[in-house]
Amino acid sequence: MARMKFICDAERCIECNGCVTACKNEHEVPWGVNRRRVVTLNDGVPGEKSISVACMHCSDAPCMAVCPVNCFYKTDEGVVLHDKDTCIGCGYCSYACPFGAPQFPSQGTFGVRGKMDKCTFCAGGPEANGSQAEFEKYGRNRLAEGKLPACAEMCSTKALLAGDGDVVADIFRNRVVKRNKGAEVWGWGTASGSSQAGQKPQAKEAKI
Amino acid sequence: MNKNTFYLLIALSAMALSACGEKAQMLGTKNDATAYSGVTNAFIEKGWQAGDKTSWERQLNARAQYGQNDHTRSP
Repeated sequence: MARMKFICDAERCIECNGCVTACKNEHEVPWGVNRRRVVTLNDGVPGEKSISVACMHCSDAPCMAVCPVNCFYKTDEGVVLHDKDTCIGCGYCSYACPFGAPQFPSQGTFGVRGKMDKCTFCAGGPEANGSQAEFEKYGRNRLAEGKLPACAEMCSTKALLAGDGDVVADIFRNRVVKRNKGAEVWGWGTASGSSQAGQKPQAKEAKI
Repeated sequence: MNKNTFYLLIALSAMALSACGEKAQMLGTKNDATAYSGVTNAFIEKGWQAGDKTSWERQLNARAQYGQNDHTRSP
C-alpha cells in the first residue's frame, strides 16, 4: 500500500460543506474547531472553483519539523498524527502548515489556546484503537474499523477522494481522461513534493 | 534525636517524596497501534480479518473503488 492521501476534485465540488459536517459529527469536534473546511477560489467570478481542505498528511510535514516537543508522528500508511498528551499548544505547527490545518480550541488546558487539534485521516491517535480515551481526544478511528475517512465517504458528488494514494490517483486520473479537463489538484504538489502535480498539461509547441 | 524519631522522619520523608512520582516524560510518540490491528468495538466493518495487513489493505481498496469510483458502477 502506498501512502494515504486526500484528493479534492474541483470540477465536482459544489461547496455543500457535507464533508465539514460529516467530520464534525463523526468526531464530535468542539465548537470553533474546524478540521476541514471548503475554500472557494475566485468566489463570485464565473468559473469559480471550490476545494475541501484539511490536513494533507504531507510527505515531508513542516509541522513535524517545527514542533518543539516532537509530538507528531507518522504511521506506516503516511498519516501524520500527534499526541495531545505531549502537545503544549505553542502554535508553531499552525504557522508552519501551508494548509491551515492545525486548530486550537479557545478554551482548554492552557486557557486562551488549548492543545492542537487537526484532521487525523480518521485514524485516531496513540491511545488504544477504538477506545473511549482515543475518541475523546482524537475522534473515531475509522481506518482501524476497515473504513475510509468520513468526509470522503459522505461526499455527495465524490469530489473528495481519500485512501491509498495509488487508488485515489487512479480514480482521479480516469476522470480527467474521460472529461478531458480539470487536472488541477490544488495542494497536491505542496503536500507530496511533486512539481508536476497540479500543473496544466504542457502546450504543444506550434510547428512553424 | 532518638532512634525512633529518626526512623519516623525517614518514613515520613519517603511518603512525602512518593507524591512526587510521575510518569516518564518521553518526547514523541512512537508506540501507536497499527490500523490493521482493528478495534474491539461494534463499529468494525465485516469482511476483513483484523491483524491481517493484506486483508485490511484489500478491504480499504475495495471500499475506495465501490464507494468513490463511480465510473465502475454502471455495468
